[in-house]
Amino acid sequence: MIDKALQNLRQSMRAIGRPVSLMEVCGTHTMAAFRAGLRTLLPADLQLLSGPGCPVCVTPSAYVDQAVELSLKPGIMIATFGDMVRVPGSRSSLEKSRAQGAEVLVVYSPLDALEAARRNPGRQVVFLGVGFETTAPAVAWSIKTAADEGIPNYLVYSAHKTMPPAMNALLQSGESKVDGFLCPGHVSVIIGSRAYGFIAEGFHVPCVVAGFEPLDMLQAIGMLLRQVEKGQAMVENQYRRSVAPEGNITAQKMLAEVFEPGDAAWRGLGMLPGSGLRIRERYAAHDARIAFSLAGPEMLSPEPPGCRCGDVLRGVCTPLECGLYQKDCTPAHPVGACMVSGEGTCAAYYKYEKQAGQQQ
Amino acid sequence: MCLAIPARIVDLRGKQAVVDVDGVQRSIQTDLLTGLQVGDYVIVHAGFAIQKWSEQDVAEYRAIMEEMERLDQGLAPEGTDD
Ligand code: SF4
Repeated sequence: MIDKALQNLRQSMRAIGRPVSLMEVCGTHTMAAFRAGLRTLLPADLQLLSGPGCPVCVTPSAYVDQAVELSLKPGIMIATFGDMVRVPGSRSSLEKSRAQGAEVLVVYSPLDALEAARRNPGRQVVFLGVGFETTAPAVAWSIKTAADEGIPNYLVYSAHKTMPPAMNALLQSGESKVDGFLCPGHVSVIIGSRAYGFIAEGFHVPCVVAGFEPLDMLQAIGMLLRQVEKGQAMVENQYRRSVAPEGNITAQKMLAEVFEPGDAAWRGLGMLPGSGLRIRERYAAHDARIAFSLAGPEMLSPEPPGCRCGDVLRGVCTPLECGLYQKDCTPAHPVGACMVSGEGTCAAYYKYEKQAGQQQ
Repeated sequence: MCLAIPARIVDLRGKQAVVDVDGVQRSIQTDLLTGLQVGDYVIVHAGFAIQKWSEQDVAEYRAIMEEMERLDQGLAPEGTDD
């Protein structure tokens, strides 16, 4: 199957007869491609660009700053996915707060955060809601459950975002040259493959929803190249075993019950209208933003000096073109979020392309 | 954060389920799906089942994994120690 897939895509590349750039929108795809050594197998004139699909990476520093400040208040317990703990804000990080005595709990699921709130009625447990459509329905459920069961000390500080507006912004700017999108597998489980129709129709850019195994990705790349070769642009679904055209309706309903679209700032992409998920007024009692008068998700903040995370997230440059990469910025001492997250492009390069970086 | 591995439901009480992933059991919520039964395979994300896989989907996944294993030596790039 692999040989066949590789053969097909090499054939397409010959037929296309020019360099092609494909963007894998999802950070998990970036990692999977490196881990399996896919990049070394692909023809040299086929470039894989990473996109804005690493949730922690696109969360602006200002959000981290607000979370850090909150964590140092008495009676507060922060619950968060692990990657957020080490992300540098503009002055500090949650890791440093913790060293100063703040309670920062790392969880795998909002279920654990809700449980922490149940068990610590004397504390305000604030879950940092970071993630796309895959994670947001689970967080929506936790908020609804806290409301239904009367767990007043469970709050969420939402920086949740939705993927299609970011892809739209990338194409609108015209800055990143993308011949096709490998659409994020698990975001698509929720929103469905149909959600990308506007990209194929409006921008004439091919889209293929891809699974996460190396073979899935190779097949999806082959499908994209075939569209490029034929001058087509449509939405195809390689990841049928998980993704339906209409997505997961139950999860969409849960999402819409608790959240409504709001403006949100993205690292690298700036303010994107309607790209964020705001907690609806009916659940305001569980909205940390209101309870603690925190800045909203629409605030913009500068990048750390010299960090090109924003450009990396737009597919404008690779980490190798950042002056700090490997010198001042490493996973042990990250300057930007893209070096911290397990789905971050800089972290992936550092882990798997160290040699290539040193040769540059 | 994304686990694309099929998890088998071994116990289901209301919307709470216990799943088995390669011999490791953990408890999850199934509120984001309807009509699940013990024995079904689901994909789990952040403690929630987000999609159900049919027998056919699981078979497709297994075929892919077998293929990967077969080619593993030939494919493994140098310097990865994951
Ligand atoms: S290598 Fe570090 S400083 Fe450079 S873009 Fe990546 S995260 Fe930012």
